Amino acid sequence: MKITTQAVAGTVESSDAQVMISPSQSDLKIDLDSSVYDQYGQHIIALVKETLKDLDVEGGEVKIIDKGALDCTIKARLQTAVYRAIGKKSDLPWEVL
Amino acid sequence: MINSVGRDIPDEYLKNGVEPFQGIYYRDGYTYPKAAPKVSAYVKPTGDKMIASIRGAIIASGLKDGMTISFHHHLRDGDYVVNMVMKEIHQLGIKDLTVCASSLGKAHSYLVPCIEDGTVTGISTSGIRDEIGEVVSEGKLKNPAVIRSHGGRARAIEDGTVKIDVAFIGASTSDAFGNASGKGGQSDTGVLAYADGDAKYANKVVVITDTIVDVPNFPASIKGVDVDYVVKVDSIGDPTKIATGALRLTTDTRELDMAKEVAKCMYYSGYFKDGFSFQTGAGGPSLATTTFLKQYMEQDHITCGWAMGGVTEPIVNLFNEGYIKTVLDDQSFDLAAVASANEGRHFEISASQYANPFNKGAFVNQLNFVILGALEIDTDFNVNVVQGSNGVLRGAPGGHPDTAAGADVSIIVAPLIRSRMPTVRDQVTSVTTPGESIDVVVTDYGVAVNPKRQDLLKAFRQTNIALKSIEELRDLAYQYTGKPAPVEFDDQVVALVEYRDGTIIDTIRKPKSLN
Repeated sequence: MKITTQAVAGTVESSDAQVMISPSQSDLKIDLDSSVYDQYGQHIIALVKETLKDLDVEGGEVKIIDKGALDCTIKARLQTAVYRAIGKKSDLPWEVL
Repeated sequence: MINSVGRDIPDEYLKNGVEPFQGIYYRDGYTYPKAAPKVSAYVKPTGDKMIASIRGAIIASGLKDGMTISFHHHLRDGDYVVNMVMKEIHQLGIKDLTVCASSLGKAHSYLVPCIEDGTVTGISTSGIRDEIGEVVSEGKLKNPAVIRSHGGRARAIEDGTVKIDVAFIGASTSDAFGNASGKGGQSDTGVLAYADGDAKYANKVVVITDTIVDVPNFPASIKGVDVDYVVKVDSIGDPTKIATGALRLTTDTRELDMAKEVAKCMYYSGYFKDGFSFQTGAGGPSLATTTFLKQYMEQDHITCGWAMGGVTEPIVNLFNEGYIKTVLDDQSFDLAAVASANEGRHFEISASQYANPFNKGAFVNQLNFVILGALEIDTDFNVNVVQGSNGVLRGAPGGHPDTAAGADVSIIVAPLIRSRMPTVRDQVTSVTTPGESIDVVVTDYGVAVNPKRQDLLKAFRQTNIALKSIEELRDLAYQYTGKPAPVEFDDQVVALVEYRDGTIIDTIRKPKSLN
């Protein structure tokens, strides 16, 4: 799956995360800015990698501003941003999400 | 040495009679001579005590390198006094001072450059947050800061642990002889409770005011007989920031639910009887508890004997409506409290009367209930209200350890999770209030009772209070948040958390993230 356009999902409210995805020539790049980085940073990066892998995203720049979102929130924001970035607006594969 | 809440206190901090924490009543019956100030007698009538400038008063006081100065925080975020005094001291080039403040916050940022260049090398405070919290967490203060509760500070002054050379007391009004009060000026604070010990125990006392009134300025919180100099300045503070206009009662359903549960715990505790006493904090759910308390009082036709604390508008309203007979005020939190302070049965009490463990019985010892907040709670019920989960100093013990130790029923109310940080957890980042003094923890996911309070457990089992064990609350939190990775710290100790009786309950180290 190739990221074709820039896309955003989420907010910077407390307990939410804002995900920005941009196309990139190089490999996957993840930039995490988290209010709970010391305690959950590595865990969140692993979660992001896994979620992107499940969506078959190979390249792109992913920037996340996390304000203490739970895993389910981060995953949902990421999935939304990815589908927006590939222009997919219908027929989402709900069974794998 | 490992203390009784399992914290390792390095031996270098256990010298000259300083002991590790050994239980909340370890020093019951402790005998000691009270400290006393060195007084310069004013035998000859020489007129008033007015000095033209703060600089003049600093020079007259004889302030020198290595001395201890003190401030109070009744002016809260609107305080101009600390920065005004520190700027003059800075310019005079006096170094190596210890600042003994009742609390420090946003308004006291001029201490940051003073810490960085060695003007200030020691701090004793309750609140340590914002810029000062950061600079101390970074290890820039030469000596570890000493975090003291309000009662602990009063004790440290009275037992001589802290010897104040010069006290600078901002006052809303004063007469030319130093009779000073928190009422009747342009920047009213209501009370001057935290400055009481400073005035009585400091060698030199400087009152700084923006409103000089006729002699005698009675009733006077600070007595002229304790005051050396009076300075009039244009303004001691920004009245809009001294007290928040009106603390709004929360409309957040989660907070209201927790408040309702707190009131229910109070009601069914066995202590909810005519004439009961309580203290509540200014946080959302604590404050909202008053609403539900009022309903229970109406239902049972009882009234509250006295409420104490940081006084807020909801407390003043209950007092004016006759639900509370007497208010004991050690700090006026908002304009309604400021206006009501020292009127009728709304009395000012000193920090020592409020919470000092080393006098002959502070009011905290007579509290039936206290409702408190928490940043973190561990499975031994130990509470942290000083240090953020990322290791940076960002809070204040205030009267937390004092009221928890004194009250019959001490209730913590806090959401189980805040922006992914689990409140209930295996270990708190540092201990402020020992679990031994905490009875009930109310969260939005259930209520845990300290197993040592079988009486409360038994009473609550007959009700629909959602009881859970503290371990169940922790597991529930971790289920949502995941287990937090431990924050890494350097060896450098940046602050000591002193328990109210003078023993060391914890040390705070520099977080590695600040390197």
